Amino acid sequence: MQVDPSVVTAIAELAQLQLEEEDLQENIDSMSNILALVDQMQSVDTSAIEPMANPLDAVQTLRPDEVTEPDRREAFQSIAPATEAGFYLVPKVIE
Amino acid sequence: MEWEAVIGLEIHVQLDTRSKIFSGASTKFGAEPNSQACPVDLGLPGVLPVVNAEVFKKAVAFGLGIGAEIGYRSVFDRKNYFYPDLPKGYQITQLQFPIVLGGQVEIALPDGTAKTIGVTRAHLEEDAGKSVHEDFHGMSGIDLNRAGTPLLEVVSEPDMRSAEEAVAYAKYIHQLVCYLDVSDGEMSQGSMRCDANVSIRPKGQTTLGTRTETKNVNSFRFLQRAINFEIARQIDVLEAGDSVLQDTLLYDPALDQTRPMRSKETATDYRYFPEPDLLPVVIDAAYVESIRSQLPELPHAKVSRFTAQYGLSKVDATILAAERPLADYFEQAAEICGDATLTANWVRVELTGQLNRENLAITESAVSAVQLGQLLLRIKDETISGKIAKDVFDAIWQGQGSADEIIAAKGLQQITNTVAIGPIVDEIIANNPKQVEQFRAGREKVLGFFIGQVMQATEGKANPKQVNEIVREKLKQ
Repeated sequence: MQVDPSVVTAIAELAQLQLEEEDLQENIDSMSNILALVDQMQSVDTSAIEPMANPLDAVQTLRPDEVTEPDRREAFQSIAPATEAGFYLVPKVIE
Repeated sequence: MEWEAVIGLEIHVQLDTRSKIFSGASTKFGAEPNSQACPVDLGLPGVLPVVNAEVFKKAVAFGLGIGAEIGYRSVFDRKNYFYPDLPKGYQITQLQFPIVLGGQVEIALPDGTAKTIGVTRAHLEEDAGKSVHEDFHGMSGIDLNRAGTPLLEVVSEPDMRSAEEAVAYAKYIHQLVCYLDVSDGEMSQGSMRCDANVSIRPKGQTTLGTRTETKNVNSFRFLQRAINFEIARQIDVLEAGDSVLQDTLLYDPALDQTRPMRSKETATDYRYFPEPDLLPVVIDAAYVESIRSQLPELPHAKVSRFTAQYGLSKVDATILAAERPLADYFEQAAEICGDATLTANWVRVELTGQLNRENLAITESAVSAVQLGQLLLRIKDETISGKIAKDVFDAIWQGQGSADEIIAAKGLQQITNTVAIGPIVDEIIANNPKQVEQFRAGREKVLGFFIGQVMQATEGKANPKQVNEIVREKLKQ
């Protein structure tokens, strides 16, 4: 896959990463290298292999439906930048 | 040109569990902001999600309820996006391997016919928190109590052709999840939220038009209005020679219109990938069968049985089977009094009327099914008339005791004794010679006057049928 500047810029935007103009080429190069490696791996025939969702060969243990967490709002909010009336405050997110 | 609407719904059903899908925090509605948000829900570093077993039980029950295939191996994925009410920066959901695959439901259309709506899939995911934009002097307030609440997202096929069909489908899903105890179904608390995908095309065309998605509609009424608005809007756009933009919209009930959610949005790309913090969840056939064996009778089956077993009309059966507690109430009362038709009428008219007046749910009724059954039994065996029974019903409602206690205490037993009724009738005939003359001249209607007088004289306790016979007989003499 050809990595052009617009791909890197779009991914940076989706990830909310600020990418400086001078770092663009380096990112294009390293992303291209990663994809080249992926291409190489894709040349292996895996048609008989079941896709893996997790590297561990195990299945999820489920927990019973019980409330085990007490209200520790005060402790959690003591490390938040801004709170009010029990809410966490963030810069306004609506237009 | 004649247009046809094509509608698909994504319904988010909040599962009725005590704790969250990936944490042991409470899901109780209406708590103080952030008092039910633990480190997992807050997305604090170093925490790991642990899956709640109950959400799988409920999802499987739903899947069986719509005749779906169950995903024996289901996998969680990350859906990545940034919003303050999603502190982790991703939502844990299921993309490729959901718990419920396929399935279908049958809806009743207003013209009495049935239509089958396909369900594409249903997957488990976590809810996000809630943002409050007022009252925080230019900031937004975030409440994460809802973050991590288990949701089952039910995705339909684009099988609906009108807002009415979409609402009928949504109502059926609502009824089903309540029947199965999958959800509490409290629409006002956000327990069911719909996204409507709407497109239009010239009637007869098989390819689909460009669709819009109207998000987060939380009532059936708004769903109907939002879809109708969107259909009309798209027709206007196309007839004006423009094209519909694939857009995400919000429905504003106050203005009764839809509007784009975000004005300038880069194409959404959620960059899904398998959730590395969770292993695949594997269930087996024995597990599925144990849930199947505990499934309650489903709405359609109950309606069929009510018509067959009790001889109820389809309308009565449908109303009584609308909610499981109501259906159970009806059956319990009918069994005691032995008259299903009588019980159906009383439940539909007297009981439902009283519940509506006091704004109560069937589960909060002041008259229990046993109490109603015992009351109706006394109509059945002619101890009291249907009219007196209404007074007794009110007395039971007010907590004055059982039907028998109230009938005894107030002396409400019907007078069925001919000897007792005879003299009363004689007196009334003697006092109303004019009416007697009219009756004898052939005015049958006057009979009602005499019966009314006797009922009044006996404070409604005489058996109307018997009074009718006695009055008739005596007038002919």
